[in-house]
Amino acid sequence: MDLDYHALAPELVVAATILVVLGLDVALPRPRKYWTAFAGVLGLALAAVPLLTLAFGDGPETRSMLGGAYVVDGFALVLKAVFIVGGYLVLLMSVSYIESDRYYQGEYYLLMLTSILGSLVMASSRDLITLFVGLELVTGPLFLLAGWRKGDAKSNEASLKFFILGVLSTAILLYGMSFLYGLTGSVTFEGIREAGADLLDSGAFRLAVLFTLVGFGFKVTAVPFHFWAPDTYEGAPTPVTAYLSVGSKAAGFVGLLLLCYKALPSVTEIWGPALWVLAALSMTLGNLTALRQDNVVRMLAYSSIAQGGFILVPFAAAAVSNDPAVIQEAASATIVYVIIYAFMNLGAFGVVIAGARRTGSTMIDDWAGMWRYAPRLAVLGAMFFFSLAGIPPLAGWYAKFAMFLAILRPGNAWATALAVIAAVNAVIALVYYARIGKTMWMDHVPEGADTAGTVNPLTGSLALALGISALFVVVAGILPFEFAGVFADLAKVVTTGI
Amino acid sequence: MAWFESAGLSLIVFLPAAGALALFAVPKAREDAQKWVALLTTGLTAVLAVAVAANFNYGGSEKFQFEVSQSWIPAIGARYHIGVDGISLPLLVLSAVVTVLAVIYSWDHWDEPRNVRGFLALMLLLATGMNGTFVALDLVLFFIFFELVLLPMYFMIGIWGDSAKRRIPVLGRTVTMRLYAAIKFFLFTLFGSAFMLLGFLALYFRSGDFLGDNTFDIPTLIELGSRNAFGSGTFAFLVFGAMFLGFAVKVPMWPFHTWLPDAHTAAPTVGSVLLAAILLKLGSYAFLRISIPILPDMAREWAPFIGLLAVIGIIYGSLACLAQTDVKRLIAFSSVGHMGFVMLGIATMTDVGFNASLIGMVAHGLITGLLFFLAGSMHHRYHTREIARLGGNQKLMPWMGGIFAFTAMASLGLPGLAGFWGEFMSLLGAYRPLAGLSLSQFQTYMVIGAVGTVLTAGYMLWMLQRVNLGEPKAEWSDHEFHDVGPTEWLAWAPLIVAIVAIGVYPRIVLGATTDAVVNLARTAFGG
Repeated sequence: MDLDYHALAPELVVAATILVVLGLDVALPRPRKYWTAFAGVLGLALAAVPLLTLAFGDGPETRSMLGGAYVVDGFALVLKAVFIVGGYLVLLMSVSYIESDRYYQGEYYLLMLTSILGSLVMASSRDLITLFVGLELVTGPLFLLAGWRKGDAKSNEASLKFFILGVLSTAILLYGMSFLYGLTGSVTFEGIREAGADLLDSGAFRLAVLFTLVGFGFKVTAVPFHFWAPDTYEGAPTPVTAYLSVGSKAAGFVGLLLLCYKALPSVTEIWGPALWVLAALSMTLGNLTALRQDNVVRMLAYSSIAQGGFILVPFAAAAVSNDPAVIQEAASATIVYVIIYAFMNLGAFGVVIAGARRTGSTMIDDWAGMWRYAPRLAVLGAMFFFSLAGIPPLAGWYAKFAMFLAILRPGNAWATALAVIAAVNAVIALVYYARIGKTMWMDHVPEGADTAGTVNPLTGSLALALGISALFVVVAGILPFEFAGVFADLAKVVTTGI
Repeated sequence: MAWFESAGLSLIVFLPAAGALALFAVPKAREDAQKWVALLTTGLTAVLAVAVAANFNYGGSEKFQFEVSQSWIPAIGARYHIGVDGISLPLLVLSAVVTVLAVIYSWDHWDEPRNVRGFLALMLLLATGMNGTFVALDLVLFFIFFELVLLPMYFMIGIWGDSAKRRIPVLGRTVTMRLYAAIKFFLFTLFGSAFMLLGFLALYFRSGDFLGDNTFDIPTLIELGSRNAFGSGTFAFLVFGAMFLGFAVKVPMWPFHTWLPDAHTAAPTVGSVLLAAILLKLGSYAFLRISIPILPDMAREWAPFIGLLAVIGIIYGSLACLAQTDVKRLIAFSSVGHMGFVMLGIATMTDVGFNASLIGMVAHGLITGLLFFLAGSMHHRYHTREIARLGGNQKLMPWMGGIFAFTAMASLGLPGLAGFWGEFMSLLGAYRPLAGLSLSQFQTYMVIGAVGTVLTAGYMLWMLQRVNLGEPKAEWSDHEFHDVGPTEWLAWAPLIVAIVAIGVYPRIVLGATTDAVVNLARTAFGG
């Protein structure tokens, strides 16, 4: 087997970091376990280095291994960068959170890094088996992480729900994949694409496609496969929830992108309408339910379901058109949305972590009047939540804009109808996002709140994580160009060969 | 002055934003320094805006001047394209000048919870959004600036607004006005602009059919519009409708106006001033800049409908004013009526009507801005805005009463003052609308509008009588009232001068606009 070690370097660095963390965890005495956190953060930062040399070095643009099952190209690189930066931010948010808990630090970083490794594998996978292994590597550690607070019944519930539904979805996904293999005789996306064109009339093939979609539907928490998300999000430790709503969700979308655009471009008539429905339902139900939440984490859970719906919208555009330009634009809109969403949602969770530390509560009403005693946190809160709402000049607007651009391009009645649904939903979403801004800025501080507070919620690594996200949200909102150019290029990579 | 040609407008747009950032370099306790930063940046912005007006080539006011066009988001062909013509110039100057007056007025008028730095930063950010909207010549850029005003105004109303409680029958509960008004303003506008964006995108895609390349560029789209490229089919109908929703909410036209009385009444004084003077103009300006020139056939088709909503607004606004018991709310409702005249002018689709709407916008900005300043100052002194409790204001504060009377007269359209021209010319326009529009229909609108002017005079005079005249109520007998103070004089004097100047010499505005609107009517409707 000829392996391209340069291409594999990011994965190898992360894997090595995992081993180092494991070793340190065994070797170090209790009070010095925090070194595992340091090692994890450093290792993940190092993993970004080969990513840069791969992206800007002289090597070939596409490095293919294992008979085309594992490919490092522009698409894979950009998504790996997102996973690494996103994972890095989550680790930064975790440091003080995990330290303040009395649980095992070493294992936390071990599991988190393993999950990130899985997402790196997914970005490069070009056959069903690698895709599946990557996906399970992402999800497996998260079952454990969700139940991290062993003494907390809610955390246990979170883990159990997640596990049971996760396993169910895996089973459905695997079932679908086995049909795909059985009918097409191939596990590589290329093979499936070629063979799939002749199987359009096969009922079994249609069923197989739908099963795989359902499997991913669970992963990206699309309505009606979202039931696990709110309880799991609420019960899991907040940094884990942040990772769940960004990292593992993005991994799900990567899988969906690969499957729809690379493996099954010939059966748009099956997945197109299915994803249209999922998108419309996720946006609408996610938003309407989020309106009624009083806990900021649950609200973010439903909001991330709704955002997942927005991310699905461009798929419906790709499905109604044969024009490569439209399909490319749709793919790039999804990727742009995922990337911007990752930063603003991580930022929002960072604010939740800091706010919970400051007020001791994740109930929205307990945050009333926060600007009076924690003005910087209140500014960041307003920034990320309004960015999620898509208000210019914060980055969220460009994500929504790209999405609308993609869905309106085909000029198809169904696509336009979805655009109108999305527009109405963008307005509904403002109601609950603005509520956070309202509570923090316009309500009176509740009686008995500890406003003098000695805890500075924005310390060290958490402040760094929030700073990075905030910078991104502002800069990408005002100057999305560098950005948009990169994604337009990479969308071509995703859709080549269609 | 080459630098001024190329950078002048950008400075006008971004200086305030830079000032907002600079504010955060000033320590929180140094309130005076913060005020100076705000005053210097908005002052410089206003000077630059006036300099643009001074260097503007009035002979070619139909052409975009001080143009800058630079690559911005190449992936979608959106450009940083800005410029002014005769239509946008008066509004740009109005916006820059009113902002600096608002800063001056703020000098010693602070609503709770004070927080000078935060308030000024929001005001400056707002200025960037307002100035930017008037110079943007790219639909995406326009959209960004149009939306940029939302967040600052939302926070301004929600934080510094009126904390009075009020029962809202529709919701079935009692709400704090500032919170209710803030989110209502935000939601209404966002609802409109979400559809506006869909309309913009539809234009973008359709433009590719004619140019080969899709474009967001407004002048290019206007050029397409002058050839009627977008036609008068379903596509144009839907696009016009989507954009109409966005702009009509902002104006606001009846029946989308319900956010306005709440927002204007609940907002802090400066917020009300900026809302009334500038923000409302963003909507009516957008009709002239985007809807009409790009989709002229549809504009003609929608004109009777727009005219109808406009006259309903005039009558409705006036009747609502007659029923108000709160000075500020009365002024807020009067905006619905005045913007009705502006929209009636636009609905005639003639150069006279367009001119009427533009001078009406400027006049309304000056007059209603001043009225809100006055309402704020009176509230500051009486601690109430209840018309029934006021009275004899003229005796208690002669200067304040005098200015109030003057402004009310200007607002009701007294000849010789700025408010007259907008009303008069828009009625004149309605007498002879664009050929092809139903003459009898528009003449009916004209008659209804004329009735509206009478009603306007009615409620304004009645309010004046109750507030200004008569003997002061007993409850004020042992109160000490300070008449107009120095910062108030500084903030109001320019407005008073401008109201008189435009009243007696309307060419100050029309000189810039006439060629531009004539050109607009000609390219859009061929005559």
